Amino acid sequence: MSAALDPAHPARGPGDRLTGLFWRRPWVLLALLLAPPLLWLGVVYVGSLVALLWQSFYSIDEFSGMVVPELTLKTYAELLRPSNADVILRTATMAAAVTVASAVLAFPIAYYAARYAKGRWKAAFYLGVMLPLWSSYLVKVYAWKLILAKEGIVTWAFEGLGAGNILNAVLAIPVIGGNSLSTSYIGTFLVFLYVWLPFMILPMQASLERVPATMLEASGDLGARPGQTFRHVILPLAMPGVIAGSIFTFSLTLGDYIIPQIVGSSRLFIGQAVYTLQGTAGNIPLAAAFAVVPILIMLVYLAVARRLGAFDAL
Amino acid sequence: MTAAVDFTHVSRQFGSGAAAVRAVDDVSLTIAEGEFFAMLGPSGSGKTTCLRLISGFESPNAGTIRIFGQDMGSVPPNRRHVNTVFQDYALFPHMTVRDNVAYGLMVRGVDRRTRMARAEEMLALVHLPEFGGRKPGQLSGGQRQRVALARALVNEPRVLLLDEPLGALDLKLREAMQDELKSLQKRLGITFVFVTHDQGEALSMADRVAVFSRGKIVQTGSPAEVYERPATRFVADFVGSSNVLSPEQSARLGGPARWTSLRPEAIRLAAEGAPGTVTALRYLGAGTRVSVALEAGLDLGVLLPAGAPVPAPGDAVRLTWERSAMHAMEGEA
Repeated sequence: MSAALDPAHPARGPGDRLTGLFWRRPWVLLALLLAPPLLWLGVVYVGSLVALLWQSFYSIDEFSGMVVPELTLKTYAELLRPSNADVILRTATMAAAVTVASAVLAFPIAYYAARYAKGRWKAAFYLGVMLPLWSSYLVKVYAWKLILAKEGIVTWAFEGLGAGNILNAVLAIPVIGGNSLSTSYIGTFLVFLYVWLPFMILPMQASLERVPATMLEASGDLGARPGQTFRHVILPLAMPGVIAGSIFTFSLTLGDYIIPQIVGSSRLFIGQAVYTLQGTAGNIPLAAAFAVVPILIMLVYLAVARRLGAFDAL
Repeated sequence: MTAAVDFTHVSRQFGSGAAAVRAVDDVSLTIAEGEFFAMLGPSGSGKTTCLRLISGFESPNAGTIRIFGQDMGSVPPNRRHVNTVFQDYALFPHMTVRDNVAYGLMVRGVDRRTRMARAEEMLALVHLPEFGGRKPGQLSGGQRQRVALARALVNEPRVLLLDEPLGALDLKLREAMQDELKSLQKRLGITFVFVTHDQGEALSMADRVAVFSRGKIVQTGSPAEVYERPATRFVADFVGSSNVLSPEQSARLGGPARWTSLRPEAIRLAAEGAPGTVTALRYLGAGTRVSVALEAGLDLGVLLPAGAPVPAPGDAVRLTWERSAMHAMEGEA
C-alpha cells in the first residue's frame, strides 16, 4: 500500500522515520540517551578517580623530590605518621560532629516542612533553605569570619547581654576553644554547619514527605506514644533521607579546604593537606593517598549504615 | 448496658469563617456492644470523619463522645481501647509482617517472646500463618488487608474501626472477606464499626446501618429497614436504585401524594396495569433491568428475575405492583 492511498497517514518525513526506528529498536534510543552521561561518568569521572588511586601507590624520592612511578604502599604508610594521622582524625571528627549537629538541627525543620507547611509556607521553606546556596560560598565564609571575629557581632552581643564571660568560658575549653570564635574549632564547626545544612534538610524533607500520615496515625492507634512513634516509625522511614543528607555533609566537610583555612585554628584538614601537598610540596602521591581517605571513610560509613538497616525502608 | 460508642450532638467543622465546612453536623448515635455497625454514605458525607472522631484522630468542635461510658474529650488515640484497620492498611514497610502485627504489644512493653507468639496466633486467625517473615511489600492486597486486621486485633480492642477496608480488593476477594469479617466478628464478639460507600457491603454485613448525607445521619436502622423503608429520597436513591416518585407522580399512579419510593423488584409485567413502552434493557446476570416510559409521563425501572420473559425495546408493556410497595418518605434529597 502506498502512502498516497492512505490520507490518514501522509508521507513520512525524516523525523517520522527516526521515531519509527526508536519504536522498532528501543535500545537505540536508550543508547543515545545514555551515551553522553556514561562517557562523562565513566571516562572523565571514574577515569580520573582511578588515575588518582593509581598515583597514590607511587612514592616520592626523598632526595630528589621526584615521583617514583613504581607501585608501593610506602605512601600509605606515611599517612599513618602521627602528623598525618592527626589531620585525618581531626577532619573525620569535624565531619562527624558537623553531620550529627546538622541532622539534629535539620530534622525539626524538615519535619515541619514535610508535614505541616502548605502552599505559601512551603514556598517560603524552599526559598529559605535554598537562598543561602545562591550566594557565593566565599562571601558567606568571609561574612562568618567577620561575625565570629573578636570584634564581631557575636562577641558584641554576648557582652551587651552581660554574658561575655560565658563566651570566654566556652573559648577557654581546651582544643576546641581559642583566642576568638573565628580562630577556634568551634568557629570552623559553626561555619561548616551553616554552609552544609541545606544539604541535610532537603533529602530529609523529601524522605519525610514520603511517609504517609496514616502510618503515624496507625502507630498512635496501636498505642504508641508520640516518642515511640518517632523512634519506631518516623526515624526508620526517614533514615534513607538522613543517610543521604549525611553523605553530603560528611563528605563535603571531609573534602573542604577553604573554610578551615579562613575560619579556625591554623591546623590542617585533609583538604588543606591535599592542597599543600600537590601544590608547593609537589608530593602528588601523598596528596593522592590523602584524597583516597575520604572515599574509604565514606565506603566504611555506608557499609555500616547498611548493616544497621538504614536502607531497609528504601 | 452501656453503649460501646455514644455520640451526643457531635459536630466537627473544618476551616473557619465563610469557608468553614461542617463535616459532621450535630450527629447523635449509639452503637451497642457487640454490634456490627455500618456507616454508609457517599464520599464527603462525614462518615470517615465520624470514624476518626471515635479513634481520636479528630476532635469534635461540639458535643460529647463516649466509649463504654467514658468521655473521650481529652483521651488521645493511643490511650483509647479502639483500633483501626486503615483504608490504605498503613502497614509499616520497614518491619516484617510479624513485627507489624506485634507492634501494638511492643509499644506496650510486652516481652519479645510473648508478643511474637501472639502475633503468630493472630496471623493464624487471619489465615496467614506462613507469612510472618515477609515484608508488607511482598504481599498482595488481600494479604495486606488481613495483616492490617491482625495488627488491629492483637491489642484486643473493645471496638474495631474499619475504614473502607475492602475498597481496594477485587470483587471475588471482597465477597470472601465480607463473609470472613462477619464470622470473625461473631466469634470475637467485638464491636465493629465499618465505614463504606458500598451499599451492598453495608446491607450484607451490618446489624445496623447509619446512612450519612452532608454531615448528618439521615436514617439509622437494620439493613432491611433502610432498604425497604427509606426515610428520605436520599436514602431511597443511595441504598439500592429505587424509583423515586414526586408527590404528583405518585398520586397519578394511585399512591400517596407524597415523595414515594418504589423498588424495581416490586414491579411486575402483567396483562393489566399502567401502560408504557420499553426504552432500554440492562442485563445483570441474576436478572434484567428494564426501563419503561409510562404513558402517565414518567420513567420506571423494573427488575425482572432471571428466567422471566424479557420484552424488547419498543415493546408496549403494562406494569403492576402492590400498592403497599409504594413507600412514602421525606422529600429531602
